[in-house]
Amino acid sequence: MIEFHLDGRSGVSPYLQLIHQVRQSLRLGLLREGDQLPTVKDVVARLAINPNTVLKAYRELEYEGLAAAKPGVGTFITRTLTDSSLAAHGPLRRELEGWLAGARRAGLDEESIEALFLSTFRATTKEEAL
Amino acid sequence: MTAVLEAQGLGKRYRQRWALTDCTLSVPAGHVVGLVGPNGAGKTTLLHLATGMLAPTSGTIEILGGEPASSPAQLARVGFVAQDTPTYAGLSVADHLKFGARMNPGWDAELARDRIEQLGLDPAQRAGKLSGGQRAQLALTVAMAKQPEVLILDEPIASLDPLARREFLQGLMEFTAGHEVSVVMSSHLVADLERVCDYLIVLVASRVRVAGEVEELLAAHRLLTGARRDPATLPADWQVISASHTDRQSTLLVRAQGPILDPGWTVEQISLEDLVLAYMSQAAATPARKPALETQR
Repeated sequence: MIEFHLDGRSGVSPYLQLIHQVRQSLRLGLLREGDQLPTVKDVVARLAINPNTVLKAYRELEYEGLAAAKPGVGTFITRTLTDSSLAAHGPLRRELEGWLAGARRAGLDEESIEALFLSTFRATTKEEAL
Repeated sequence: MTAVLEAQGLGKRYRQRWALTDCTLSVPAGHVVGLVGPNGAGKTTLLHLATGMLAPTSGTIEILGGEPASSPAQLARVGFVAQDTPTYAGLSVADHLKFGARMNPGWDAELARDRIEQLGLDPAQRAGKLSGGQRAQLALTVAMAKQPEVLILDEPIASLDPLARREFLQGLMEFTAGHEVSVVMSSHLVADLERVCDYLIVLVASRVRVAGEVEELLAAHRLLTGARRDPATLPADWQVISASHTDRQSTLLVRAQGPILDPGWTVEQISLEDLVLAYMSQAAATPARKPALETQR
């Protein structure tokens, strides 16, 4: 079972934050097919948010085919977002750590690293889309 | 579906002063409604009219499709927690539950007991000896155990510390998730309600300035910045909530359906807090004042 948290200052709506957290857990292999998501009651009792916010997030996950509601029981993960690529995470993470160490040695601060990564990421995504 | 609150031209006058004027509202069921406005705006008056504790001077108000407090059955459908969550200082926690059970036909004794236990309150403790947060939780528990169809709370968390606020809202949201209940809650701070309400009513200086589903309000209101323009040239279906101009730039907060197609504007979403503040300052501006653009010419 995962536990949701909210960043009040991010400007991202709570409902999108919940969806992102589920998708991220799926990508990282923390959530797998068959796992149950926290019940609406549990989420609102923890985060003090409107129940409709949670329902909306879960409906969106259902619409995306990632989860399904079993009436009276709860909402369950029906699909995983990791595939064979999960095995590659370890080596890729180590390469990235090496790259980050290199960037710091070259004198880049956190903000510059983030900016460089994001701009490169966006540029290559754009190229691939063309 | 029946509206939780339905008001037509509702007004309330105390001697010479109108506390609420020309209030027309229709709030659908199943929402957590935030009633927001500065102190003295008329929030408590509106809630007291809704509960039948006050009679309107003009217009009508219905709650759950009926006249407020018109019959015992109607009273049983509405739970009300007055400002600052009052309790009986001389009565114990257990006495409050006993009293509640006697007065309310639909009393859920199990819910009341469970919540008191979960909160760690000593049933023998006098309410006067409880902390502010505990008193608020006790008042909320009594209102919940009544099993109302609509729960009305007047500034329930204004006097609580941040942790007690959070715990109060957690309990309230847990209750709404498990029951078919609508909630109407007032606060002078929108930040308190931002996470919990999905319907908003902004009340300033005795008038309702805007009301609607939070999601729709956020989608319709946008902050536009661009080269300075005369407000007269703006599309007719835009409702300008606030406008400020420098010699080169215009900044507008508009309510508009559909996308803003004019590429001359930089369009930004706004937060619920900014939206409420914009309506508050709009209300504060005297209508006789000329638009800013005029005075700068």
